[in-house]
Amino acid sequence: MTDIATYNFAYLDEQTKRMIRRAILKGIAIPGYQVPFASREMPMPYGWGTGGVQVTASIIGPDDVLKVIDQGADDTTNAVSIRAFFKKVANVAVTTDTASATIIQTRHRIPEHPLTAGQVLVYQVPIPEPLRFLEPRETETRKMHALEEYGLMHVKLYEDIAKHGRIATTYAYPVKVEGRYVMDPSPTPKFDNPKMHRSPALQLFGAGREKRIYAVPPFTDVVSLDFEDHPFEVQTFDQPCALCAAENVYLDEVILDDHGGHMFVCSDTDHCEKRREEGHRGHLAPEIHLASEKMEPAQ
Amino acid sequence: MTDEPLLRVSALSKFYGSRVGCDNVSFDLWPGEVLAVVGESGSGKTTLLNCLSTRLLPSSGTASYRMRDGQFRELYRMSEAERRFLMRTDWGFVHQNPADGLRMTVSAGANVGERLMAVGDRHYGKIRATAVDWLSRVEIEQDRIDDEPRAFSGGMRQRLQIARNLVTGPRLVFMDEPTGGLDVSVQARLLDLLRGLVTDLGLAAIVVTHDLAVARLLSQRMMVMKDGRVVESGLTDRVLDDPRAPYTQLLVSSILQV
Repeated sequence: MTDIATYNFAYLDEQTKRMIRRAILKGIAIPGYQVPFASREMPMPYGWGTGGVQVTASIIGPDDVLKVIDQGADDTTNAVSIRAFFKKVANVAVTTDTASATIIQTRHRIPEHPLTAGQVLVYQVPIPEPLRFLEPRETETRKMHALEEYGLMHVKLYEDIAKHGRIATTYAYPVKVEGRYVMDPSPTPKFDNPKMHRSPALQLFGAGREKRIYAVPPFTDVVSLDFEDHPFEVQTFDQPCALCAAENVYLDEVILDDHGGHMFVCSDTDHCEKRREEGHRGHLAPEIHLASEKMEPAQ
Repeated sequence: MTDEPLLRVSALSKFYGSRVGCDNVSFDLWPGEVLAVVGESGSGKTTLLNCLSTRLLPSSGTASYRMRDGQFRELYRMSEAERRFLMRTDWGFVHQNPADGLRMTVSAGANVGERLMAVGDRHYGKIRATAVDWLSRVEIEQDRIDDEPRAFSGGMRQRLQIARNLVTGPRLVFMDEPTGGLDVSVQARLLDLLRGLVTDLGLAAIVVTHDLAVARLLSQRMMVMKDGRVVESGLTDRVLDDPRAPYTQLLVSSILQV
């Protein structure tokens, strides 16, 4: 905390931040359009959120409260490291509480707690181009976006139904933004797609390796692509969270032993903890109320 | 049928630097008419086809196409979006190599359905029913609908390519050596199929081929090209039975007799 002077505020130099902010503004002006930007080397490997970190670094101010989640969890390596990084280079307050955060950087989930106006959700994006696996040429995909030629996207969904009897795409499910651009919502489960639609929060997407930024401004239409006779639907779970008994949330499968034992728990750890504090108990919840008490070292 | 042509081509030329691709080609194409463009390789027939289908921009000359609303539009003055829309609705392009015209990694059904989805069809059941219908029309068994074209034989691929092009009911189809690389019995079936489809659907077609037998079977009219220029044109039977230009006489007399 004391060597903060050795870094510029939020790590990036001011020129770079201006460049990224320009890309963000352009992205907001054209919802869903992928804006190229001069992605910088970050002190972390590609694929670990270099795009998201650059976006966060460009928009964060001293008064912001940052939350970082990785697959919904606040306590995994990626989330902890990025949170620690910004604590060090920007000296900002950090939190795991969704409601009190002003900026939430996320890898592949949207928090269960509804976002509010004034919050910014920053996504880490590995492959921003939704058409990439169907059309490998960047020149061609850009032209397809420009001319709004999105028939190919439905070819993929057609293939899903032909092969599996239903649309089997479960994550990175393509959406149409404000009736114009088809966008990859980053590999979030399609469970989260409806949360993007007319969200009061600003949603920013950063792809560091692919050097693209795109955005969904607040209260923008985000519609998942589908067929009339095979409408879009989200995953459903036939049991509640094993720890907090929450229903209608996205669950992760956790393997308990090597005899096939497993449980389903909230992927959003903050949401799960809040519910347990409120007294909700799932069928596998430990007897002791607070996790910290249980974890007391035995020595 | 109206008394106006579908396509009017006037003084079309394409130069590759100082080399001639095609030079000063003019003709009219009428609805339902099949025009064969023949000539040896390097004679400019593929360049001409690519210019007409707007895959290449010509160096000079014009081509106007009568749209469905009856208005003539000049092809090279259209925006790219309009041209691409025309390409996937009112036109078809059958490549010599089916791999160029098909998506080899998606199923046959999706290949046929792609154009429908591109023009906004969003009903899976209907798209699939149309695909099934078209596969049977080009003599591909229905149970192959979910197979990728990679698993198809050359003749089947070519038939699939034809189905994919015709599904939106185009009025004009460009074909570049549609029977090239197929053995003779498969060729014969394909020609038979094409002839049937062209007559049934009242398609206009421009067929580029070096095979005079294909030209005779498919086309009503033909143009003979040499070194980028049209040396002779007329009714197919007349040109083949009574060739006038020395080059055409050479071409006709070069046909191998079995």
